[in-house]
Amino acid sequence: MIKTDALIIGAGPTGLFTAHQLKIIGLDCEIVDNLDKPGGQCIELYPDKPIYDIPAIPECTGEELTKNLLDQLKPFSINFHLGERVDEIKKIENKWDVKTNKGKCFITPNVIIAGGVGSFEPRKFSPKECANFEDKSIFYSVKNKKIFEGKTVSIFGGGDSALDWAVELSKNSKVNLIHRRDEFRGAQATLDKIYELQKSGKINLFTKYQLKSVKGNGTLESIDIEHENKEITNLKSDYVLGFFGLIMQLGPIANWGLNLNKKTVEVDTEKFETNQKGIYAIGDICNYPGKLKLILSGFHEGALAARACFKLAKPNEKYRFEFTTSSKVIKERLGVKSD
Amino acid sequence: MTKITYIEHNGNSHTVDVDNGLSVMEGAVQNDIPGIDGDCGGGMSCATCHVYVTEDWFDKLEKKLDGEEDMLDQAYEPKKNSRLSCQITVSDELDGLIVNMPEKQV
Repeated sequence: MIKTDALIIGAGPTGLFTAHQLKIIGLDCEIVDNLDKPGGQCIELYPDKPIYDIPAIPECTGEELTKNLLDQLKPFSINFHLGERVDEIKKIENKWDVKTNKGKCFITPNVIIAGGVGSFEPRKFSPKECANFEDKSIFYSVKNKKIFEGKTVSIFGGGDSALDWAVELSKNSKVNLIHRRDEFRGAQATLDKIYELQKSGKINLFTKYQLKSVKGNGTLESIDIEHENKEITNLKSDYVLGFFGLIMQLGPIANWGLNLNKKTVEVDTEKFETNQKGIYAIGDICNYPGKLKLILSGFHEGALAARACFKLAKPNEKYRFEFTTSSKVIKERLGVKSD
Repeated sequence: MTKITYIEHNGNSHTVDVDNGLSVMEGAVQNDIPGIDGDCGGGMSCATCHVYVTEDWFDKLEKKLDGEEDMLDQAYEPKKNSRLSCQITVSDELDGLIVNMPEKQV
């Protein structure tokens, strides 16, 4: 059980800056994110794309923005719980009891949802029967590559993950690489390697094919893949890997009794509080009249939500507004010298 | 104003007037038409505004930008006539455009 003044769900730019705001005013916080690294959409969807509308930063990429936000948090000790998704929130007296899918528990008066468009989950195969084989013969990430040794593995996808794993697994497995078109979007060097391995018979390449169905009784035996021209080919396969990128799902947030509007959470614009006392929503996931889905709006929303947290975290103290340029207390928290 | 017809996977059809200059995705979202999400807001980075464009219209649309086909790799059941509706800009030439939606976006 981890006690904290505020729990932030989502380590995207909004969540990261909100952690800064909480620490500056003297509150503790913990951050949970389903991705295995901080940065949210900035790092997952557009790490290399330049952003031009961050105040005072004429141009920076999603990756640079994330790095700068993390640098800004360096004076503080903040625990990140990455690769974990918050599944349950329950009210116990006047605190929130929060549980993750990995069994971690938090107890806190304040929960700040900075969840973007929801948590990132792998995009899955469309044939319904695939679900029966998931985590047994069908995977969307590789946790233990040893299980593939000496087996036939069919890999689907056209990006770096698919290509990298095709090259890697071809060392000890028979590999089929299947993609829906002729062009791949992975790195050219890896692609050259794939064609080399195809020539030497280490990789069987099937382009303009997609997964049609999977066959097997308990364990996977073979798969049918369908060409653009409808022709079907059966491939013996022990394992199937799908790398179609990540999608964003609202997920468990939908079950927390919050007022939702499509995939967003309704909040007030004073505290960015939801209809549940002590639960706030900020960044892309919140909704109010005039809401803009801009990173700068997330920063503002986080700054206000952080102040609202103070009241519930320290009910016997009065929050005093101070500037970082002049406050001795804030400078101490930042570990910088006062004038 | 340009008439666009959105057909859900279950056959429900919605014909609406969309302002020129908006994207086909925005036309759906602003008119509360179910089946097109547009999670990333038109940034060509999520593939949740995926539609199938009927053959006769497909060739009349502006060509795909580089990144669109890459994103379609990640769409649900992409086909030859798949497009991201955020990348189709509504104009007079598209009056009567029909787009069909996949079974789901995610």
